[in-house]
Amino acid sequence: MADHSLTNHAQTESLALRVQFDTAAQQKDASQLGMWIFLITEIMFFGGMFAAYTVYRNWYPEVFAIASSSLNAVLGAINTGVLLLSSFTMVMAVRAGQLGQQKMIIIFLILTLLFGGVFLGVKAIEWKEKFDEHHIPGQAAFHLEGLKDYDQGHAQLFFSLYFAMTGLHALHMVIGVGIILTLIMQAKKGIYSADYYTPVDVAGLYWHFVDVIWIFLFPLLYLIDRHLGK
Amino acid sequence: MITEAAVEREHYLNASYGLKSWLLTKDHKRIGLLYLATITLFFFIGGAFATLIRVELLTPQGDLVSSQTYNKLFTMHGVAMIFFFLIPSIPAVLGNFFLPIMIGARDLAFPKLNLLSWYLLVIGGAFSLFAMIAGGVDTGWTFYTPYSTSYSNSWVISTALGIFVAGFSSILTGLNFIVTVHRMRAPGMTWFRMPLFVWANYATSLIQVLGTPVLAVTIVLLFVERVFHLGIFDPARGGDPVLFQHLFWFYSHPAVYIMILPSMGVVSEIISTFSRKSVFGYGFVAFSSVAIAVLGFLVWGHHLFVSGQSLYAGMVFSFLSYFVAIPSAIKVFNWTATLYKGSIVFQTPMLYAFGFIGLFTVGGLTGLFLAALGMDIHVTDTYFVIAHFHYIMVGGALMGYLGGMHFWWPKMTGRMYPEGWAKLSALVIFLGFNLTFFPQFILGYLGMPRRYHAYPEEFQVLNVLSTAGASVLAVGYLIPMIYFIWSLRYGKIAPANPWGATGLEWRTSSPPPVHNFEETPIVSHDAYDYSTVMGEEIEVG
Repeated sequence: MADHSLTNHAQTESLALRVQFDTAAQQKDASQLGMWIFLITEIMFFGGMFAAYTVYRNWYPEVFAIASSSLNAVLGAINTGVLLLSSFTMVMAVRAGQLGQQKMIIIFLILTLLFGGVFLGVKAIEWKEKFDEHHIPGQAAFHLEGLKDYDQGHAQLFFSLYFAMTGLHALHMVIGVGIILTLIMQAKKGIYSADYYTPVDVAGLYWHFVDVIWIFLFPLLYLIDRHLGK
Repeated sequence: MITEAAVEREHYLNASYGLKSWLLTKDHKRIGLLYLATITLFFFIGGAFATLIRVELLTPQGDLVSSQTYNKLFTMHGVAMIFFFLIPSIPAVLGNFFLPIMIGARDLAFPKLNLLSWYLLVIGGAFSLFAMIAGGVDTGWTFYTPYSTSYSNSWVISTALGIFVAGFSSILTGLNFIVTVHRMRAPGMTWFRMPLFVWANYATSLIQVLGTPVLAVTIVLLFVERVFHLGIFDPARGGDPVLFQHLFWFYSHPAVYIMILPSMGVVSEIISTFSRKSVFGYGFVAFSSVAIAVLGFLVWGHHLFVSGQSLYAGMVFSFLSYFVAIPSAIKVFNWTATLYKGSIVFQTPMLYAFGFIGLFTVGGLTGLFLAALGMDIHVTDTYFVIAHFHYIMVGGALMGYLGGMHFWWPKMTGRMYPEGWAKLSALVIFLGFNLTFFPQFILGYLGMPRRYHAYPEEFQVLNVLSTAGASVLAVGYLIPMIYFIWSLRYGKIAPANPWGATGLEWRTSSPPPVHNFEETPIVSHDAYDYSTVMGEEIEVG
């Protein structure tokens, strides 16, 4: 026991080794495994909505294609690019962590934050467009041009899924922005080094995951009419 | 000398004092006790609703409460008991306390996350409790759409939000357990030297981690439909209410295994300890837990046999439901084989374990009735179903929980419970339980539907029997409540290993020190190797 607290104390400063772990490697492994398992729970979480999407798109393929074409695919594509860039800067932040370059960690985290912010801004513009066009499900004014009255309900299903899926994705982005803000503040205190940058690493996993979700959302929501050959 | 040593020694309970030392603790043992207090509260809340239900059903006329109030009673009974008692019960209390000790770790991998899990349960509980006090919720614990999204005028959102938040408590506990089992085992603690309780909790964690998020998103979709009028499940817009049922049961059927698997783990420990034998077919019992966890995800459709699911899907789900019986039966047979030629001691935990095996077998076998397509149509939504799942969830899960509480009480508190009273209450609970729920099998078979506050007169005798049994059962639950609290002050001081058991938790003192062990144990034996405790038995203090 005495032994333990001794080694603990010696390592606390450089490695932030917590008392329940024996070694820094064990602690890092545990954090990474924890995040991977959390991401699995996230897959199941989004999976519920993807299942609903699959069912309804299968039932109402034409309505979904027409409703999809009313989304702004250009803005969607720009946002996809922005997110991919943010993932790149996130990777660079982790790389800077591995190399122990404290300044570079901060710079790349700030860039990631900026791209994340741009994505959310563009998303907000898109949502506003939907409100202006009365494409909000559940409102009496809902009307999607080019569809019979009978199909308006089915189009509402599409937009219900659109708002639920992009909304929860955006919520995950907001949480990610919060995490990165925290990381930046921690990094400014200089606690990260080549020996200890696990929080950056783990936050990176989360950020990429949220990115990947969007990679699925973009074609499934914006591009389904493209193969109809209009 | 023994007493003095125990009083002097520093352990997790006297290491620090004050409310703050508990509310901000990162010690998995203290967090386990926080959970214990929380879920005990919800157990008595749920029990109060059950009492009102049983009193209403004494007479055929709906004379005590209106049908509307009755709807709320059974809904809130289900919500309190399932989400705030049974699901956290064994994992969050006994698992939290013992899983790290049993694998020789100083704590769970993420102690702060563990504390957060408890707070989430409390916050979720507060939401649901608020709904109960403000006027209740009447959708049934299943929240079927479109009633829950469009028509119910009760506190659906607050209750659902509470369940959503509590779900993350469950997810984080599961995540913590998985990482702990993978990364925190003591030297020599290989996977196949782990106690079966750890295996069972590991399998449970898999379900919590994979299933609960689906419930979470289902609740989110219900929420946005009720509040923002999105239309995911709205039949008026071409949406499918049955989709809600699929998503709901994708979690809520495996949730039954979240309740029963840890209980099976407890029973494995108890049966081995009190028959002084290694568990027969250790590997089979360990893997049967994992098999139940996996297969449990493939059977949810048996809740939808009469919901307009295709006959083909029904047949597949029926077949797969039968399949789960195999790993369940492996456990029961292996426990029985463990007893064979063992030195059986009838201590209280063993009585609960026997109770578990008997009642779980009845619950499991009647589950086969319900998995059969034709039979299920006859008894769907009758008291037969009620009796079946209470045999599993109360007769099974709760018996295991109480068995575990008795088994580990000396370790958790450093005090023995009074054996005589404990045996009596185990007997009272067993008899009261059967008197309560066995008549319900008959009622259901005769056609009495669930969820009504009035019934035809010919069902009265069986309902009176059931209510009488519930009264006996209530007494049976109160007795342990009283003597457990009594024992904290007046119970005999517990030795480190009162049962002569083999687990690592019995190698450390009772109650354990803050970091569980004076020095990290090195494991060189199988989980149930009784030769390891032969010499050093009764090594007190």
